[in-house]
Amino acid sequence: MIATESLSKRFPRVTALDRLSVDVGPGVTGLVGANGAGKSTLIKILLGLSPATEGRAEVLGLDVASKGADIRERVGYMPEHDCLPPDVSATEFVVHMARMSGLPPTAARERTADTLRHVGLYEERYRPIGGYSTGMKQRVKLAQALVHDPQLVFLDEPTNGLDPVGRDEMLGLIRRIHTDFGISVLVTSHLLGELERTCDHVVVIDGGKLLRSSSTTDFTQTTTTLAIEVTDTDEHPDGTHAVRDALHARGVSVEDGGGLPGAGHILLLTAQGEETYDLVRDVIADLGLGLVRMEQRRHHIAEVFKSSDEHEQRKEAVGHGG
Amino acid sequence: MAVEHSTGTPAPAPGDQTRIHNIGYRNYDGPRLGRAYARRSLYSQSLRGSYGLGRSVKSKVLPMLLFVVMCVPAAIIVAVAVATKAGALPLDYTRNAIVMQAVISLYVASQAPQSVSRDLRFKTVPLYFSRPIETADYVRAKFAALASALFILTAAPLLVLYVGALLAKLDFADQTKGFAQGLVSVALLSLLFAGIGLVIASFTPRRGFGIAAVIAVLTITYGAVSTLQAIADAQGSSDAVPWIGLFSPITLVDGVQSAFLGATSAFPGGVGPGHGEGVVYVLVALGLIAASYGLLMRRYKKVGL
Repeated sequence: MIATESLSKRFPRVTALDRLSVDVGPGVTGLVGANGAGKSTLIKILLGLSPATEGRAEVLGLDVASKGADIRERVGYMPEHDCLPPDVSATEFVVHMARMSGLPPTAARERTADTLRHVGLYEERYRPIGGYSTGMKQRVKLAQALVHDPQLVFLDEPTNGLDPVGRDEMLGLIRRIHTDFGISVLVTSHLLGELERTCDHVVVIDGGKLLRSSSTTDFTQTTTTLAIEVTDTDEHPDGTHAVRDALHARGVSVEDGGGLPGAGHILLLTAQGEETYDLVRDVIADLGLGLVRMEQRRHHIAEVFKSSDEHEQRKEAVGHGG
Repeated sequence: MAVEHSTGTPAPAPGDQTRIHNIGYRNYDGPRLGRAYARRSLYSQSLRGSYGLGRSVKSKVLPMLLFVVMCVPAAIIVAVAVATKAGALPLDYTRNAIVMQAVISLYVASQAPQSVSRDLRFKTVPLYFSRPIETADYVRAKFAALASALFILTAAPLLVLYVGALLAKLDFADQTKGFAQGLVSVALLSLLFAGIGLVIASFTPRRGFGIAAVIAVLTITYGAVSTLQAIADAQGSSDAVPWIGLFSPITLVDGVQSAFLGATSAFPGGVGPGHGEGVVYVLVALGLIAASYGLLMRRYKKVGL
């Protein structure tokens, strides 16, 4: 779908992309990086709107430097920022955008109705966009990127500004773009955690350099981590501690759940299989404690991403806590 | 629209009758008409938008009102001419735009920002440029749309005058020639005003600023030029009058049409530029139109995504 070869983009004072070589296949691909890592610059180059300083890139087998217009006819783009005029309805706006993608008037109307329904906008689509909630606006932005049935869409920070429920719905929708609509997706985010649930493949860039590119299963499913949290009782004033000791005695190694303040009551342990769950249940029941939570926690991409940084943060957090 | 019929599907199983049919995603394999079509679509959308069509009722009020204000005087003139059986129309075709310049300026000031500042303000521009069209397509479509809208605004009263003149059985050849000259003149005016208005509006995402700036540029230059011309005329240096007229858009159009389109000049003393000076007027007018286009291109190269 996308292939870049030592792609660089230098501005007079910053290097936005530094010899980036990456291959992206069909499916949902996450492009992860902190703000300013070069994600938006990469998308601009891939749309053929900004020439690369050196190196080359192909989208759908078309060279970005010479076939920009052809690429833009077959891909969709959802920008990070607001891009909707408040005084027109979603239907009018998306119809216009469909025509701007080259769809004949009748097809533009039909595709608009279909697409708005698929992203979950119904009666409200006839009302001016100005009155929409953030979640609805994000759906309109997504609809305009999908209305011409592209082969690939670029979604730039689609979950920005959404509440947790809206975020989950958007992530589900992104998943469906591939599974139900057959459109490949390149989705950017600076929140590493949310992409692991949605993407087949994750590309991590930092400072314009490729940090890692691999499938999410490689990233996160090599081991299953269990997170548990228990209550305290009179008998065991520090229930967490008691559970840890008891599990230690049974030969299970347990870690603290992250160094952040407030996460001190969470214990992490590696599940070997069914018996680990039973063991935890029995240990807690024997101690007479209440089990607040026991959940599977996949390794956060963050851990793969910046382990050294995290170490420092942890020290800092501990320093603050003490 | 978009009523889904599940025709041809087997009858639902009993007890299953209230099921909602999800017809799923359908791929589009129809034609994709490409850049030229997209440019035309943007042109027609912008042109309609210049008269508030396809927009809210509120945004139809001003352009429609100004259109009526442009046409009513022409209708009155025609009525008078027919009633009094006058031998000629009391107003030249070429003079109409000069007399109505305040209305035209107001129209440009209100619609140029509507056309481009909105896209900048709501950051819709990146959505256009993520599609097949390029900077030049966007600029041309917007330029052509506003120029066409202005042409409709300024040519409609001329059409009223012309039809009226023919109904009053005035000389056909004479009237047709005057009408044609008037059309050429307002076409030039439309291009010039559209260019100036769009350049100013494209530099501000704020519609209010755009309106104020366009009005300021059009009226202040006209005020300054006509004052200087009056002073020059009063002091006896009437040679300077035509040259001063180069510095405001409406006097520029006035100069071109009095030199080449048989119009009587509105300059003080009624002396317009001669043929030699007229060439300079034409060059300056065309130069300004070209410069507006160039500035818009430069501006939108930067806006991009």
